[in-house]
Amino acid sequence: MGSNLRNARFGSPSPFSSKKLALRRFDPIFRRRLQEWLTSLPTLFWLTLFIVIPTLLVFAVAFRPANPYGGIGPGWTLETIRSLWNPGYLVIAWRTVWISLLTTALCILFAIPTGYFIARAPERWRNRLLMLVIVPFWTSFLVRVFAWKSLLHPEGLIKKVLEAVGLAGPQTTLLYHPAAVVLVMVYTFLPFTILPIYAASEKFDFRLLEAARDLGARPFQAFRKIFLPGIRRGLLTAVLVVFIPALGSYIIPDLVGGPASEMLGNKIAQRVFVDRNLPHAAALSAVLILAVLAPLVAVLGLQRKKEKPDIIIGEAP
Amino acid sequence: MKRSRFPLVVTVLVFVFFYLPIVILVVNSFNAARFSSSWQGFTLGWYSKLFQSPEIWQSVRNTLIIALSSTAVSLVLGTAAAFALHRYAGSRLQRLHYTLIYTPLVVPEILMGISLLMAFVAAGTGLGLFTIFLAHVTFCVSYVAMVVLARLQDFDFSLIEAAQDLGASWWQSTRKVLLPLLVPGLAAGGLLAFTLSVDDFVITFFVAGPGSTTLPLRIYSMIKYGNPPMINALSTLLLAVTFTAVIASQKLARLKR
Repeated sequence: MGSNLRNARFGSPSPFSSKKLALRRFDPIFRRRLQEWLTSLPTLFWLTLFIVIPTLLVFAVAFRPANPYGGIGPGWTLETIRSLWNPGYLVIAWRTVWISLLTTALCILFAIPTGYFIARAPERWRNRLLMLVIVPFWTSFLVRVFAWKSLLHPEGLIKKVLEAVGLAGPQTTLLYHPAAVVLVMVYTFLPFTILPIYAASEKFDFRLLEAARDLGARPFQAFRKIFLPGIRRGLLTAVLVVFIPALGSYIIPDLVGGPASEMLGNKIAQRVFVDRNLPHAAALSAVLILAVLAPLVAVLGLQRKKEKPDIIIGEAP
Repeated sequence: MKRSRFPLVVTVLVFVFFYLPIVILVVNSFNAARFSSSWQGFTLGWYSKLFQSPEIWQSVRNTLIIALSSTAVSLVLGTAAAFALHRYAGSRLQRLHYTLIYTPLVVPEILMGISLLMAFVAAGTGLGLFTIFLAHVTFCVSYVAMVVLARLQDFDFSLIEAAQDLGASWWQSTRKVLLPLLVPGLAAGGLLAFTLSVDDFVITFFVAGPGSTTLPLRIYSMIKYGNPPMINALSTLLLAVTFTAVIASQKLARLKR
């Protein structure tokens, strides 16, 4: 039977092709391969069509000229790529990076004590506290940004409070400033930082901290030398889930930032919707893709060196 | 050992930070004043204005059409993908498959929006509800696949083999053993896909055409050019709907247990 099966798969062309087919159906290895392809093919096909090809297209369109009707002209050109090298874009690229870095740092700074607190809370409280972290994010993202926009508005509550305390004059503007962008970005991304840090802290053996204290470490020393390395994986995940989407931010700088806080995402949108210059938008997007890949590859490399290469959600198969 | 109060203080501040804007927004939806700084009496006026606006209802209709259709398609695709990823884990095809499914989860939305726009322009597809549907399926599939995959990790495949040993056909064992055990995972994945589709703004913005305005697109133009208290009212309604849905689904889950 075994040799029959092997013949059926690798064997010489047989005149009894129908017999061969019948045998194939019972070949468990062949059936397994067939089932694997049948269940994988739909998503492979869909994602190739709507992720892989469009991404390659972005790189291709960056080398095409624009036509005056907002489409893509014939031929190839390096002009668009060359035009990216101007001081205006460098300022925006630099701002995109520092706003993202600052947002990531602030999120981590607040998420570590919060994640630690939730992980050390009594068991029945933990789920409730986690719910409290997640609930605000059932609301629409735009609605949350809008809530901040009206709080920071010249007629808004925060401005009035600051004026009453004497911290702001009537001329102070809170909106349309890079600080407002950072504030709303921290608001948006903080829960996504708390969750992985909590997950890592929950697995951390807190007796290690007590041991460190018994051996003479000061509280901050124990925290820095024992706790932080212990939750390293959670920290790496947290950095990735903030920094990468932050680089691609578009709505937040658009709604609460002014021209002085534009980021790369705003420029891409302007090229598409205002100037109708798709090749230019594509060139900027190509830069953004490379900027996003850099931290991803760095963190993956860092993790692969020491542990299994899982990132963000679950284990790779 | 005495524990530091510092984490408690930060946690409390973080929760105040999370909830303050939302609470003020809800309160202001009943405020007669145009701006949020002062209370000028209770009113339901913004709500009645909202209900008189036909554009809002049109955009709600578009949003629901897209959310329901893309949830259905991404559930089928995502479940098949999760099944393949789990059952054939470790093969080279599945490693590639996993990378592909994983990509939309880490790529910033704006990149997905612009690359899909390029593809639709290159293919000459007119922008509208259909292109939004295609885009939404593309990002929902990955989330569904991940949620269902997480449930499959606890699934005992010997149950299927047992059913087949006892004479069940492939279809029977799938329908009577696999599916019922997968229902919680499917429900969670479907709910997530639906929510993501309803809430998506950036990707939709890039691939929408005339006449395909969804609710987030409508809210965006209201924020940019419109009347703030009406957005407060709309947001409060949305909040009420999401909260009811989530509480109802949790009650349902508890009933089943």
